[in-house]
Amino acid sequence: MSDAIVQVEHLRKEFNGTVAVADVSFTVRRGEIVGLLGANGAGKTTTIQVLLGLTTLTSGAVRVFGQDLERHRVEILQRCNFSSAYTALPSNLRVRENLRVFAALYQVRDYRPKMDALLQLFEIAHLKDKITGHLSSGESTRVNLCKALLSDPELLLLDEPTASLDPDIADKVRKILRRIQRERGITMIYTSHNMRDVEEVCDRVLFLHKGKVIAAGAPQEVIARFNQRSLEEVFIRVARSGDLVEAQ
Amino acid sequence: MSWPRIRALVLRYTFLYTRSIPRVTELFFWPIMDLLVWGYVTLYLQRLYAAQDTPPAGMGVITFLLGAMIFWDILYRAQQGTTLAFLEDIWARNLLNIFVAPIRVSEFIVATYLVSLLRIMVTVIVLIALAWFLYAFNLFALGFSLLPLFINLLFMGWALGMITTGLIMRWGQAAEALAWGVPFLIQPLAAVFYPVNVLPVWVQPVALAIPATHVFEGMRAVLRGEGLPGQYLFWAFALNFVYVVAAAGFFRFMYESARRRGLLAKLVTQ
Ligand SMILES: Nc1ncnc2c1ncn2[C@@H]1O[C@H](COP(=O)(O)OP(=O)(O)O)[C@@H](O)[C@H]1O
Ligand SMILES: [Mg+2]
Repeated sequence: MSDAIVQVEHLRKEFNGTVAVADVSFTVRRGEIVGLLGANGAGKTTTIQVLLGLTTLTSGAVRVFGQDLERHRVEILQRCNFSSAYTALPSNLRVRENLRVFAALYQVRDYRPKMDALLQLFEIAHLKDKITGHLSSGESTRVNLCKALLSDPELLLLDEPTASLDPDIADKVRKILRRIQRERGITMIYTSHNMRDVEEVCDRVLFLHKGKVIAAGAPQEVIARFNQRSLEEVFIRVARSGDLVEAQ
Repeated sequence: MSWPRIRALVLRYTFLYTRSIPRVTELFFWPIMDLLVWGYVTLYLQRLYAAQDTPPAGMGVITFLLGAMIFWDILYRAQQGTTLAFLEDIWARNLLNIFVAPIRVSEFIVATYLVSLLRIMVTVIVLIALAWFLYAFNLFALGFSLLPLFINLLFMGWALGMITTGLIMRWGQAAEALAWGVPFLIQPLAAVFYPVNVLPVWVQPVALAIPATHVFEGMRAVLRGEGLPGQYLFWAFALNFVYVVAAAGFFRFMYESARRRGLLAKLVTQ
Protein backbone atom coordinates (compact mmCIF):
# COMPACT_ATOMS: atom_id res chain seq x y z
CA MET A 1 0.00 0.00 0.00
CA SER A 2 1.25 3.45 -0.84
CA ASP A 3 1.44 6.02 1.91
CA ALA A 4 -0.99 8.35 0.16
CA ILE A 5 -3.68 9.03 2.74
CA VAL A 6 -5.79 11.34 0.60
CA GLN A 7 -5.93 11.32 -3.19
CA VAL A 8 -8.06 13.93 -4.89
CA GLU A 9 -8.25 13.86 -8.67
CA HIS A 10 -9.95 16.58 -10.66
CA LEU A 11 -12.46 17.27 -7.94
CA ARG A 12 -15.29 19.45 -9.11
CA LYS A 13 -18.28 20.54 -7.07
CA GLU A 14 -21.14 22.64 -8.31
CA PHE A 15 -24.04 23.75 -6.18
CA ASN A 16 -26.98 24.33 -8.47
CA GLY A 17 -24.81 25.96 -11.09
CA THR A 18 -22.44 27.76 -8.69
CA VAL A 19 -18.97 26.34 -9.08
CA ALA A 20 -17.51 26.00 -5.59
CA VAL A 21 -14.58 23.81 -6.61
CA ALA A 22 -13.64 23.88 -10.27
CA ASP A 23 -10.75 21.47 -10.63
CA VAL A 24 -8.62 20.44 -7.69
CA SER A 25 -6.10 17.61 -7.56
CA PHE A 26 -3.72 16.83 -4.74
CA THR A 27 -2.27 14.03 -2.72
CA VAL A 28 -1.55 14.03 0.98
CA ARG A 29 0.98 11.55 2.36
CA ARG A 30 0.98 9.93 5.75
CA GLY A 31 2.19 12.27 8.46
CA GLU A 32 2.01 15.42 6.36
CA ILE A 33 0.29 18.60 7.43
CA VAL A 34 -1.16 20.30 4.38
CA GLY A 35 -2.65 23.78 4.49
CA LEU A 36 -5.50 24.84 2.25
CA LEU A 37 -5.27 28.56 1.71
CA GLY A 38 -7.24 31.03 -0.29
CA ALA A 39 -9.59 33.97 -0.05
CA ASN A 40 -13.13 33.67 1.25
CA GLY A 41 -15.13 31.59 -1.19
CA ALA A 42 -12.07 29.96 -2.77
CA GLY A 43 -13.47 26.49 -2.08
CA LYS A 44 -11.56 25.38 1.02
CA THR A 45 -14.53 24.42 3.16
CA THR A 46 -16.23 22.67 0.26
CA THR A 47 -13.11 20.59 -0.34
CA ILE A 48 -13.01 19.57 3.33
CA GLN A 49 -16.70 18.75 3.27
CA VAL A 50 -16.29 16.53 0.27
CA LEU A 51 -13.47 14.71 2.06
CA LEU A 52 -15.79 14.13 5.00
CA GLY A 53 -18.63 12.89 2.85
CA LEU A 54 -20.82 15.78 3.99
CA THR A 55 -21.45 16.69 0.42
CA THR A 56 -21.16 14.70 -2.78
CA LEU A 57 -18.86 15.59 -5.64
CA THR A 58 -20.01 16.59 -9.09
CA SER A 59 -17.12 14.89 -10.85
CA GLY A 60 -13.63 13.61 -10.17
CA ALA A 61 -12.45 11.01 -7.70
CA VAL A 62 -11.61 11.06 -4.02
CA ARG A 63 -9.87 8.23 -2.24
CA VAL A 64 -9.08 8.26 1.46
CA PHE A 65 -6.84 5.53 2.89
CA GLY A 66 -6.92 4.12 -0.63
CA GLN A 67 -10.69 3.53 -0.41
CA ASP A 68 -13.50 5.06 -2.38
CA LEU A 69 -15.22 7.62 -0.18
CA GLU A 70 -18.79 7.00 -1.32
CA ARG A 71 -18.59 3.24 -0.83
CA HIS A 72 -16.62 3.14 2.44
CA ARG A 73 -17.81 6.29 4.16
CA VAL A 74 -18.29 4.84 7.63
CA GLU A 75 -15.01 2.88 7.68
CA ILE A 76 -13.15 5.98 6.52
CA LEU A 77 -14.84 8.29 9.01
CA GLN A 78 -13.94 5.89 11.80
CA ARG A 79 -10.29 6.74 11.10
CA CYS A 80 -10.80 10.50 10.64
CA ASN A 81 -11.88 13.36 12.79
CA PHE A 82 -12.84 16.96 12.28
CA SER A 83 -12.84 20.22 14.13
CA SER A 84 -13.91 23.69 13.16
CA ALA A 85 -14.44 26.95 14.95
CA TYR A 86 -17.94 26.96 13.44
CA THR A 87 -19.23 23.87 15.12
CA ALA A 88 -19.86 23.43 18.81
CA LEU A 89 -20.55 20.70 21.27
CA PRO A 90 -23.95 20.64 23.01
CA SER A 91 -23.88 23.55 25.36
CA ASN A 92 -25.77 22.21 28.35
CA LEU A 93 -23.58 19.15 28.80
CA ARG A 94 -20.44 19.13 30.87
CA VAL A 95 -17.17 19.00 28.97
CA ARG A 96 -16.46 15.47 30.14
CA GLU A 97 -19.97 14.34 29.20
CA ASN A 98 -19.57 15.65 25.67
CA LEU A 99 -16.23 13.94 25.33
CA ARG A 100 -17.70 10.73 26.71
CA VAL A 101 -20.44 10.77 24.07
CA PHE A 102 -17.93 11.22 21.26
CA ALA A 103 -15.62 8.58 22.71
CA ALA A 104 -18.59 6.22 22.56
CA LEU A 105 -19.53 7.28 19.01
CA TYR A 106 -16.02 6.48 17.81
CA GLN A 107 -15.92 3.41 20.06
CA VAL A 108 -12.80 4.53 21.88
CA ARG A 109 -11.91 1.94 24.48
CA ASP A 110 -10.91 3.17 27.91
CA TYR A 111 -11.31 6.82 26.93
CA ARG A 112 -10.79 8.38 30.38
CA PRO A 113 -6.97 8.43 30.51
CA LYS A 114 -6.92 9.68 26.90
CA MET A 115 -9.39 12.40 27.68
CA ASP A 116 -7.46 13.52 30.74
CA ALA A 117 -4.17 13.58 28.84
CA LEU A 118 -5.67 15.66 26.03
CA LEU A 119 -7.31 18.13 28.39
CA GLN A 120 -3.95 18.46 30.15
CA LEU A 121 -2.17 18.96 26.85
CA PHE A 122 -4.48 21.81 25.85
CA GLU A 123 -4.28 23.25 29.38
CA ILE A 124 -7.99 22.93 30.04
CA ALA A 125 -8.02 20.11 32.57
CA HIS A 126 -9.68 22.44 35.06
CA LEU A 127 -12.68 22.81 32.72
CA LYS A 128 -13.58 19.14 32.70
CA ASP A 129 -16.65 19.52 34.92
CA LYS A 130 -17.77 22.81 33.45
CA ILE A 131 -20.90 23.26 31.38
CA THR A 132 -19.72 23.49 27.77
CA GLY A 133 -21.91 26.51 27.03
CA HIS A 134 -20.19 28.49 29.77
CA LEU A 135 -16.76 28.27 28.15
CA SER A 136 -15.15 31.15 26.31
CA SER A 137 -14.80 30.64 22.58
CA GLY A 138 -11.08 29.96 22.91
CA GLU A 139 -11.78 27.32 25.54
CA SER A 140 -14.48 25.63 23.52
CA THR A 141 -12.23 25.61 20.46
CA ARG A 142 -9.73 23.64 22.50
CA VAL A 143 -12.43 21.28 23.74
CA ASN A 144 -13.39 20.73 20.08
CA LEU A 145 -9.78 19.83 19.35
CA CYS A 146 -9.82 17.35 22.25
CA LYS A 147 -12.95 15.81 20.74
CA ALA A 148 -11.17 15.56 17.40
CA LEU A 149 -8.08 13.90 18.86
CA LEU A 150 -9.83 11.60 21.31
CA SER A 151 -10.50 8.96 18.69
CA ASP A 152 -6.80 8.75 17.75
CA PRO A 153 -7.56 9.71 14.15
CA GLU A 154 -5.10 8.94 11.39
CA LEU A 155 -6.43 11.88 9.41
CA LEU A 156 -7.49 15.12 11.01
CA LEU A 157 -9.43 17.72 9.04
CA LEU A 158 -9.36 21.18 10.54
CA ASP A 159 -11.45 23.99 9.10
CA GLU A 160 -10.16 27.23 10.60
CA PRO A 161 -9.52 25.60 13.95
CA THR A 162 -7.79 28.62 15.45
CA ALA A 163 -10.21 31.30 14.24
CA SER A 164 -11.27 32.29 17.74
CA LEU A 165 -8.01 31.95 19.67
CA ASP A 166 -5.97 34.79 21.09
CA PRO A 167 -2.37 34.97 19.81
CA ASP A 168 -0.98 33.30 22.92
CA ILE A 169 -3.31 30.33 22.82
CA ALA A 170 -3.12 30.13 19.03
CA ASP A 171 0.64 29.80 19.38
CA LYS A 172 0.25 27.05 21.95
CA VAL A 173 -2.26 25.20 19.81
CA ARG A 174 0.06 25.35 16.79
CA LYS A 175 2.87 23.86 18.85
CA ILE A 176 0.59 21.15 20.20
CA LEU A 177 -0.60 20.21 16.74
CA ARG A 178 2.99 20.00 15.51
CA ARG A 179 3.95 17.92 18.50
CA ILE A 180 1.05 15.54 18.07
CA GLN A 181 1.87 15.18 14.42
CA ARG A 182 5.49 14.33 15.30
CA GLU A 183 4.61 11.91 18.06
CA ARG A 184 1.68 10.14 16.48
CA GLY A 185 2.27 10.69 12.78
CA ILE A 186 -1.23 12.08 12.29
CA THR A 187 -1.96 13.43 8.82
CA MET A 188 -3.69 16.80 8.81
CA ILE A 189 -5.45 19.02 6.34
CA TYR A 190 -5.78 22.50 7.67
CA THR A 191 -7.55 25.60 6.45
CA SER A 192 -6.81 28.95 7.94
CA HIS A 193 -6.80 32.65 7.23
CA ASN A 194 -3.95 33.06 9.61
CA MET A 195 -0.74 32.86 7.60
CA ARG A 196 1.42 32.63 10.71
CA ASP A 197 -0.52 29.52 11.56
CA VAL A 198 0.13 28.02 8.23
CA GLU A 199 3.79 28.93 7.92
CA GLU A 200 4.48 27.41 11.27
CA VAL A 201 2.34 24.32 11.13
CA CYS A 202 2.15 23.18 7.52
CA ASP A 203 4.68 21.09 5.63
CA ARG A 204 3.01 22.02 2.42
CA VAL A 205 0.39 24.50 1.27
CA LEU A 206 -2.14 24.55 -1.56
CA PHE A 207 -3.31 27.95 -2.69
CA LEU A 208 -6.88 27.85 -3.95
CA HIS A 209 -8.31 30.56 -6.11
CA LYS A 210 -11.85 30.35 -7.50
CA GLY A 211 -11.91 26.62 -6.96
CA LYS A 212 -8.54 25.86 -8.51
CA VAL A 213 -5.10 25.16 -7.10
CA ILE A 214 -2.86 27.93 -8.37
CA ALA A 215 0.22 27.20 -6.31
CA ALA A 216 1.45 24.30 -4.23
CA GLY A 217 4.59 23.45 -2.29
CA ALA A 218 6.42 24.01 0.97
CA PRO A 219 5.63 27.47 2.43
CA GLN A 220 9.18 28.72 1.74
CA GLU A 221 9.06 27.46 -1.86
CA VAL A 222 5.79 29.20 -2.50
CA ILE A 223 7.03 32.43 -0.96
CA ALA A 224 10.15 32.30 -3.13
CA ARG A 225 8.23 31.46 -6.29
CA PHE A 226 6.04 34.53 -5.90
CA ASN A 227 8.99 36.76 -5.01
CA GLN A 228 7.37 37.77 -1.77
CA ARG A 229 8.65 37.95 1.77
CA SER A 230 5.89 36.05 3.53
CA LEU A 231 2.87 33.86 2.89
CA GLU A 232 0.74 36.78 3.91
CA GLU A 233 2.04 38.77 0.96
CA VAL A 234 1.52 35.81 -1.33
CA PHE A 235 -2.02 35.49 -0.02
CA ILE A 236 -2.80 39.13 -0.74
CA ARG A 237 -1.24 38.95 -4.18
CA VAL A 238 -3.23 35.81 -5.03
CA ALA A 239 -6.46 37.21 -3.62
CA ARG A 240 -6.12 40.48 -5.59
CA SER A 241 -4.80 39.16 -8.85
CA GLY A 242 -5.24 35.42 -8.71
CA ASP A 243 -6.54 35.39 -12.26
CA LEU A 244 -3.21 36.81 -13.49
CA VAL A 245 -1.25 34.29 -11.47
CA GLU A 246 -3.35 31.52 -12.89
CA ALA A 247 -2.67 32.67 -16.42
CA GLN A 248 1.11 32.57 -15.95
CA MET B 1 -26.03 -1.42 12.27
CA SER B 2 -23.89 -0.91 15.32
CA TRP B 3 -25.61 -1.04 18.68
CA PRO B 4 -22.77 0.73 20.58
CA ARG B 5 -23.04 3.71 18.26
CA ILE B 6 -26.81 3.88 18.64
CA ARG B 7 -26.35 3.69 22.39
CA ALA B 8 -23.85 6.53 22.24
CA LEU B 9 -26.36 8.75 20.42
CA VAL B 10 -29.07 7.87 22.90
CA LEU B 11 -26.67 8.64 25.75
CA ARG B 12 -26.13 12.08 24.27
CA TYR B 13 -29.87 12.81 24.28
CA THR B 14 -30.36 11.46 27.79
CA PHE B 15 -27.64 13.81 29.01
CA LEU B 16 -29.39 16.61 27.18
CA TYR B 17 -32.71 15.89 28.88
CA THR B 18 -31.50 15.19 32.36
CA ARG B 19 -29.47 18.40 32.33
CA SER B 20 -32.23 20.76 31.32
CA ILE B 21 -35.16 21.80 33.46
CA PRO B 22 -37.10 23.39 30.56
CA ARG B 23 -36.81 20.17 28.56
CA VAL B 24 -38.01 18.05 31.45
CA THR B 25 -40.87 20.45 32.10
CA GLU B 26 -41.89 20.28 28.46
CA LEU B 27 -42.27 16.51 28.80
CA PHE B 28 -45.09 17.03 31.31
CA PHE B 29 -46.57 20.45 30.87
CA TRP B 30 -48.75 20.11 27.75
CA PRO B 31 -49.82 16.52 28.36
CA ILE B 32 -50.95 17.36 31.87
CA MET B 33 -52.83 20.45 30.68
CA ASP B 34 -54.54 18.32 28.03
CA LEU B 35 -55.39 15.68 30.57
CA LEU B 36 -56.98 18.21 32.91
CA VAL B 37 -59.14 19.69 30.14
CA TRP B 38 -60.30 16.37 28.73
CA GLY B 39 -60.71 14.93 32.21
CA TYR B 40 -63.11 17.64 33.28
CA VAL B 41 -64.95 17.56 29.95
CA THR B 42 -65.46 13.87 30.63
CA LEU B 43 -66.74 14.46 34.16
CA TYR B 44 -69.13 17.12 32.90
CA LEU B 45 -70.56 14.94 30.14
CA GLN B 46 -70.99 12.09 32.57
CA ARG B 47 -73.00 14.33 34.89
CA LEU B 48 -75.19 15.56 32.05
CA TYR B 49 -76.04 12.01 31.08
CA ALA B 50 -76.51 10.87 34.65
CA ALA B 51 -79.06 13.68 35.20
CA GLN B 52 -81.29 12.39 32.42
CA ASP B 53 -84.17 10.07 33.28
CA THR B 54 -83.08 7.45 30.81
CA PRO B 55 -79.33 7.66 30.33
CA PRO B 56 -78.44 6.79 26.74
CA ALA B 57 -76.86 3.42 26.14
CA GLY B 58 -73.11 3.25 26.32
CA MET B 59 -72.73 5.99 28.84
CA GLY B 60 -69.28 4.76 29.76
CA VAL B 61 -68.37 5.63 26.21
CA ILE B 62 -67.38 9.08 27.39
CA THR B 63 -64.24 7.69 28.98
CA PHE B 64 -63.03 7.27 25.41
CA LEU B 65 -62.03 10.85 25.53
CA LEU B 66 -59.31 10.27 28.09
CA GLY B 67 -58.02 7.17 26.33
CA ALA B 68 -58.06 9.05 23.02
CA MET B 69 -56.19 11.95 24.53
CA ILE B 70 -53.46 9.74 25.95
CA PHE B 71 -53.21 7.77 22.71
CA TRP B 72 -53.02 10.95 20.69
CA ASP B 73 -50.22 12.14 22.89
CA ILE B 74 -48.29 8.93 22.21
CA LEU B 75 -48.61 9.42 18.47
CA TYR B 76 -47.79 13.12 18.66
CA ARG B 77 -44.75 12.58 20.84
CA ALA B 78 -43.42 9.72 18.74
CA GLN B 79 -43.40 12.09 15.80
CA GLN B 80 -42.11 15.07 17.71
CA GLY B 81 -39.46 13.16 19.65
CA THR B 82 -37.71 11.88 16.53
CA THR B 83 -37.64 15.29 14.89
CA LEU B 84 -36.68 17.07 18.07
CA ALA B 85 -33.61 14.87 18.46
CA PHE B 86 -32.44 16.14 15.08
CA LEU B 87 -33.38 19.75 15.81
CA GLU B 88 -31.46 19.66 19.08
CA ASP B 89 -28.29 18.97 17.10
CA ILE B 90 -29.01 21.84 14.74
CA TRP B 91 -29.64 24.23 17.61
CA ALA B 92 -26.47 23.11 19.36
CA ARG B 93 -24.44 23.53 16.13
CA ASN B 94 -23.44 19.93 16.78
CA LEU B 95 -24.95 18.42 13.65
CA LEU B 96 -21.67 18.38 11.72
CA ASN B 97 -19.91 16.62 14.56
CA ILE B 98 -22.60 13.94 14.39
CA PHE B 99 -22.56 13.60 10.62
CA VAL B 100 -18.78 13.35 10.38
CA ALA B 101 -18.76 10.65 13.03
CA PRO B 102 -18.83 7.10 11.70
CA ILE B 103 -22.60 6.77 11.92
CA ARG B 104 -24.89 5.19 9.38
CA VAL B 105 -28.05 7.07 8.56
CA SER B 106 -30.02 4.06 9.75
CA GLU B 107 -28.27 4.19 13.12
CA PHE B 108 -29.11 7.85 13.46
CA ILE B 109 -32.75 7.14 12.70
CA VAL B 110 -32.98 4.25 15.12
CA ALA B 111 -31.42 6.43 17.81
CA THR B 112 -34.06 9.10 17.25
CA TYR B 113 -36.75 6.37 17.51
CA LEU B 114 -35.37 5.24 20.83
CA VAL B 115 -35.12 8.77 22.15
CA SER B 116 -38.75 9.41 21.28
CA LEU B 117 -39.71 6.12 22.92
CA LEU B 118 -37.94 7.13 26.13
CA ARG B 119 -39.70 10.49 26.12
CA ILE B 120 -43.05 8.80 25.56
CA MET B 121 -42.53 6.31 28.37
CA VAL B 122 -41.87 9.10 30.84
CA THR B 123 -44.83 11.19 29.70
CA VAL B 124 -47.30 8.36 29.39
CA ILE B 125 -46.53 6.83 32.76
CA VAL B 126 -47.27 10.16 34.40
CA LEU B 127 -50.47 10.59 32.34
CA ILE B 128 -51.73 7.12 33.17
CA ALA B 129 -51.09 7.64 36.86
CA LEU B 130 -52.80 11.05 36.90
CA ALA B 131 -55.80 9.82 34.89
CA TRP B 132 -56.20 7.08 37.47
CA PHE B 133 -55.95 9.31 40.53
CA LEU B 134 -58.01 12.23 39.22
CA TYR B 135 -60.65 10.50 37.12
CA ALA B 136 -60.42 6.82 38.04
CA PHE B 137 -59.68 6.15 34.37
CA ASN B 138 -57.65 2.98 34.00
CA LEU B 139 -55.86 2.72 30.67
CA PHE B 140 -54.84 -0.81 31.58
CA ALA B 141 -58.50 -1.76 31.21
CA LEU B 142 -57.43 -2.17 27.60
CA GLY B 143 -55.52 -5.24 28.77
CA PHE B 144 -53.24 -6.90 26.30
CA SER B 145 -54.72 -4.93 23.42
CA LEU B 146 -52.80 -1.98 24.77
CA LEU B 147 -49.50 -3.31 23.48
CA PRO B 148 -50.28 -3.74 19.76
CA LEU B 149 -52.19 -0.46 19.75
CA PHE B 150 -49.27 1.33 21.40
CA ILE B 151 -46.80 -0.18 18.93
CA ASN B 152 -48.89 0.99 16.00
CA LEU B 153 -49.06 4.51 17.35
CA LEU B 154 -45.27 4.48 17.69
CA PHE B 155 -44.77 3.27 14.13
CA MET B 156 -47.04 5.90 12.70
CA GLY B 157 -45.39 8.62 14.81
CA TRP B 158 -41.96 7.50 13.64
CA ALA B 159 -43.06 7.56 10.01
CA LEU B 160 -44.34 11.13 10.41
CA GLY B 161 -41.17 12.02 12.32
CA MET B 162 -38.92 10.83 9.48
CA ILE B 163 -40.95 12.89 7.03
CA THR B 164 -40.65 16.08 9.09
CA THR B 165 -36.94 15.54 9.72
CA GLY B 166 -36.46 15.01 5.98
CA LEU B 167 -38.28 18.25 5.23
CA ILE B 168 -36.19 20.18 7.73
CA MET B 169 -33.01 18.68 6.29
CA ARG B 170 -33.96 19.88 2.86
CA TRP B 171 -35.72 23.16 3.61
CA GLY B 172 -33.83 24.21 6.70
CA GLN B 173 -35.11 25.68 9.88
CA ALA B 174 -37.88 27.45 7.99
CA ALA B 175 -39.56 24.05 7.99
CA GLU B 176 -39.26 23.78 11.76
CA ALA B 177 -42.87 24.77 12.30
CA LEU B 178 -43.77 21.52 10.58
CA ALA B 179 -42.25 19.60 13.45
CA TRP B 180 -45.12 20.83 15.57
CA GLY B 181 -47.80 21.06 12.93
CA VAL B 182 -47.71 17.84 10.92
CA PRO B 183 -49.63 15.60 13.35
CA PHE B 184 -52.43 18.14 13.54
CA LEU B 185 -52.86 17.90 9.78
CA ILE B 186 -54.06 14.35 10.20
CA GLN B 187 -55.81 14.70 13.54
CA PRO B 188 -59.25 15.57 12.11
CA LEU B 189 -59.09 12.53 9.84
CA ALA B 190 -57.57 10.00 12.21
CA ALA B 191 -60.81 9.51 14.16
CA VAL B 192 -59.09 10.37 17.41
CA PHE B 193 -62.05 11.63 19.44
CA TYR B 194 -64.96 10.33 17.32
CA PRO B 195 -65.59 7.31 15.12
CA VAL B 196 -64.92 7.34 11.38
CA ASN B 197 -68.64 7.08 10.62
CA VAL B 198 -69.32 10.64 11.77
CA LEU B 199 -67.09 11.92 8.99
CA PRO B 200 -68.67 12.76 5.60
CA VAL B 201 -68.88 9.63 3.52
CA TRP B 202 -66.46 10.84 0.88
CA VAL B 203 -63.81 11.57 3.52
CA GLN B 204 -64.04 8.15 5.11
CA PRO B 205 -61.77 6.33 2.64
CA VAL B 206 -59.06 8.91 3.34
CA ALA B 207 -59.50 8.41 7.07
CA LEU B 208 -59.28 4.64 6.66
CA ALA B 209 -55.97 5.00 4.83
CA ILE B 210 -54.39 6.39 8.01
CA PRO B 211 -52.98 3.70 10.33
CA ALA B 212 -53.89 5.62 13.47
CA THR B 213 -57.59 5.60 12.51
CA HIS B 214 -57.66 1.86 13.03
CA VAL B 215 -55.86 2.21 16.35
CA PHE B 216 -58.44 4.68 17.67
CA GLU B 217 -61.36 2.64 16.35
CA GLY B 218 -59.80 -0.43 17.96
CA MET B 219 -59.38 1.36 21.26
CA ARG B 220 -63.05 2.34 21.33
CA ALA B 221 -64.10 -1.21 20.52
CA VAL B 222 -62.05 -2.51 23.45
CA LEU B 223 -63.45 0.09 25.84
CA ARG B 224 -66.98 -0.83 24.71
CA GLY B 225 -66.12 -4.33 25.86
CA GLU B 226 -66.11 -5.80 22.36
CA GLY B 227 -62.51 -6.93 22.46
CA LEU B 228 -60.07 -5.86 19.78
CA PRO B 229 -61.38 -6.76 16.34
CA GLY B 230 -58.62 -8.41 14.31
CA GLN B 231 -59.40 -6.34 11.25
CA TYR B 232 -58.38 -3.09 12.99
CA LEU B 233 -55.08 -4.58 14.02
CA PHE B 234 -54.48 -6.00 10.57
CA TRP B 235 -55.06 -2.67 8.85
CA ALA B 236 -53.05 -0.73 11.39
CA PHE B 237 -50.02 -2.96 10.95
CA ALA B 238 -50.35 -3.24 7.17
CA LEU B 239 -50.75 0.50 6.62
CA ASN B 240 -47.96 1.28 9.07
CA PHE B 241 -45.64 -1.03 7.21
CA VAL B 242 -46.31 0.95 4.04
CA TYR B 243 -45.98 4.29 5.87
CA VAL B 244 -42.70 3.45 7.60
CA VAL B 245 -41.10 2.07 4.44
CA ALA B 246 -42.27 5.06 2.38
CA ALA B 247 -41.16 7.55 5.05
CA ALA B 248 -37.73 5.92 5.30
CA GLY B 249 -37.43 6.16 1.51
CA PHE B 250 -38.47 9.79 1.63
CA PHE B 251 -35.97 10.54 4.40
CA ARG B 252 -33.18 8.86 2.45
CA PHE B 253 -34.08 10.86 -0.63
CA MET B 254 -34.10 14.14 1.29
CA TYR B 255 -30.81 13.26 2.99
CA GLU B 256 -29.10 12.57 -0.34
CA SER B 257 -30.58 15.72 -1.81
CA ALA B 258 -29.34 17.77 1.17
CA ARG B 259 -25.91 16.19 0.79
CA ARG B 260 -25.74 17.02 -2.89
CA ARG B 261 -26.71 20.62 -2.19
CA GLY B 262 -24.25 20.92 0.69
CA LEU B 263 -27.07 21.70 3.09
CA LEU B 264 -25.94 19.58 6.03
CA ALA B 265 -23.26 22.12 6.83
CA LYS B 266 -25.51 25.09 6.08
CA LEU B 267 -28.12 23.87 8.57
CA VAL B 268 -25.58 24.48 11.26
CA THR B 269 -23.94 27.67 10.17
CA GLN B 270 -26.81 29.60 8.60
N1 LIG C 1 -24.24 24.70 -0.04
C1 LIG C 1 -23.90 25.64 -0.93
N2 LIG C 1 -24.78 26.06 -1.86
C2 LIG C 1 -24.44 26.99 -2.77
N3 LIG C 1 -23.21 27.56 -2.86
C3 LIG C 1 -22.29 27.19 -1.97
C4 LIG C 1 -22.57 26.22 -0.95
N4 LIG C 1 -21.44 26.05 -0.20
C5 LIG C 1 -20.53 26.88 -0.73
N5 LIG C 1 -21.02 27.57 -1.78
C6 LIG C 1 -20.28 28.55 -2.61
O1 LIG C 1 -19.09 27.94 -3.05
C7 LIG C 1 -18.00 28.83 -2.97
C8 LIG C 1 -16.88 28.23 -2.12
O2 LIG C 1 -17.30 28.22 -0.76
P1 LIG C 1 -16.39 27.65 0.42
O3 LIG C 1 -15.91 26.31 0.04
O4 LIG C 1 -17.20 27.76 1.66
O5 LIG C 1 -15.19 28.69 0.45
P2 LIG C 1 -14.07 28.96 1.54
O6 LIG C 1 -14.19 27.96 2.63
O7 LIG C 1 -12.80 28.84 0.78
O8 LIG C 1 -14.28 30.36 2.03
C9 LIG C 1 -18.55 30.13 -2.45
O9 LIG C 1 -18.76 30.97 -3.54
C10 LIG C 1 -19.84 29.75 -1.80
O10 LIG C 1 -20.78 30.77 -1.90
MG1 LIG D 1 -14.46 28.21 4.73
